[in-house]
Amino acid sequence: MKKMTEIIWHGRGGQGAKTAATMLAAMAIHEGKYSQGSPEYGPERQGAPMKGYTRISSDPVRIHSSIREGDVAVVLDATLLKTVDVLGQLKPDGVLIVNTTKSPDELRAELGAPPSVKVYTVDATGISIAELKRNLPNTPLLGALVKVTGILSLDTVVEDARVKFGKKFSSDVVEGNIRAIERAYREVK
Amino acid sequence: MADRKIRQVKLSLTGNEAGAFALKQANPDVAAVFPITPQTELMHAFSAYVADGAVNTEMVYVESEHSAMSATVGAAAAGARAFTATSANGLALMWEIVYIAASLRLPIVMPVINRALSGPINIHCDHSDTMGARDAGWIQIFCENSQEVYDSLLCAFRIGENKKVLLPVMVTLDGFIISHTTEVVETIERDEDARAFIGPYEPWISLLDVDNPVTMGPLDLQDYYFEHKRQQVEAMTNAPAVIDEVFAAYGELTGRRYERVEKYRTDDAEVVLMSLGSTAGTAKEAVDVLRDEGLAVGHLKVRTFRPFPFDLVREALSGAKVVGVLDRSISFGAQYGPLCTEVMAAVHGKDVEIRNFIYGLGGRDIFVEQIAETGRSLYDLMRGKKDLPPQSYIGLRE
Repeated sequence: MKKMTEIIWHGRGGQGAKTAATMLAAMAIHEGKYSQGSPEYGPERQGAPMKGYTRISSDPVRIHSSIREGDVAVVLDATLLKTVDVLGQLKPDGVLIVNTTKSPDELRAELGAPPSVKVYTVDATGISIAELKRNLPNTPLLGALVKVTGILSLDTVVEDARVKFGKKFSSDVVEGNIRAIERAYREVK
Repeated sequence: MADRKIRQVKLSLTGNEAGAFALKQANPDVAAVFPITPQTELMHAFSAYVADGAVNTEMVYVESEHSAMSATVGAAAAGARAFTATSANGLALMWEIVYIAASLRLPIVMPVINRALSGPINIHCDHSDTMGARDAGWIQIFCENSQEVYDSLLCAFRIGENKKVLLPVMVTLDGFIISHTTEVVETIERDEDARAFIGPYEPWISLLDVDNPVTMGPLDLQDYYFEHKRQQVEAMTNAPAVIDEVFAAYGELTGRRYERVEKYRTDDAEVVLMSLGSTAGTAKEAVDVLRDEGLAVGHLKVRTFRPFPFDLVREALSGAKVVGVLDRSISFGAQYGPLCTEVMAAVHGKDVEIRNFIYGLGGRDIFVEQIAETGRSLYDLMRGKKDLPPQSYIGLRE
């Protein structure tokens, strides 16, 4: 068993890659694991490619650099696959989770992903628009991520999301987010 | 562990949040703040505690970092427990008063988020800012992670306010790498317990004490200035014993025991790497990689850069044949970076090879593999297979 899982979140400024990276870290900590969540800070323009990093481990996380080659890559915006070398930043036997309406097989063929990479897709944007009336793919992708990796329990994610969003938003928004997480958990392929 | 009197709780906090949380628990009398670019979210988080009534701290919003330190000095001179926080150019701008704070022997506490100085403009991590203030007379504690930020800030008040010390204390955390990264931080659950550890503030001097009038910061020329500087030296000389005492008491309370240096696999090490701040964690990973390769490598972290732990460094390096010192700042025109210069002084007269590596300026990332490669090249140097210049760079394009 590997002790540490390293996750890279690929998104565009404003899509919530930073929030997802740090929320997931907080959720892991809540489950009693050690974790680290950080955004990669650049010019921080709306729409510009950016990354977030999460490390989850059974032991204290001492390393303090960015992640060059992750165990998991989560792509919040499939258009990034054209400009960002996502596979180049993923381990040969890594897990790729993409927000797209395409099937894993279609996407694998399109990317030329090697057979050793496990490819998963989920329509996080469609789910988000249906449940939240907004394109915020980060929360449904948290649901997809925990389903695919089993790194945290869905209960932790739902419970923590309820607490975190509950501090800021109306109960409609909170429950919309919960439904989005649960749907992505069920629908990721 | 189980019989500890206080309860602790693990929180997920960024370095900024961990700092603000410690300061909330400390509940100082006065805080001064100015949001220079790049300011820190630490004060942002602390002002939320003020707005929520979680602390009684009087916040003074000023018009520059120079004024922030001036207001902090004024509050401390009036007998208040006072703090401010800053970063990079903000520290540079307040420098004149930073020096005065120490000279007036005011035990101010100041978290500093380590970031590169302009220019060109850069908001990312290096240690140029606090190294610029290394001779200002402040105690400087470098933190590896958010946990150390929280712990060091609670200790900082007790250290600085000790009557044998009476010096201001800087607690530094690496910009973005620690300041904006969410990590596990074990905290004292009840604010009262944290406050009890720090203890009530009994100012040694107060301008508001009209029964005991004093003058602070008057003209002090050839006749006494020199003696006053000598007293600051004395305070710094007294500091290590007090720091050890406070760290020990804190360890007793929380189970987290700190020393002025932290040894990692150094006991039988032939090659020892040294660093400050967050890189120490990454370097420990690199040491494990090298140990797995059969190389006797260790790491020595310096926590208190001022006063520099000369005795502990000398002792920890007593068995080393080669030492590689990683500096995240540069001293233009000097042979070595600030940390390496101190290490050279600490081991003076000993038969040990020292090499200095400048890395990470302006937030340039440093990876486990780069440090491991540095360790290997130092091992080759020891075996006579390779020569290395006194100072070189890691992660630089040339």
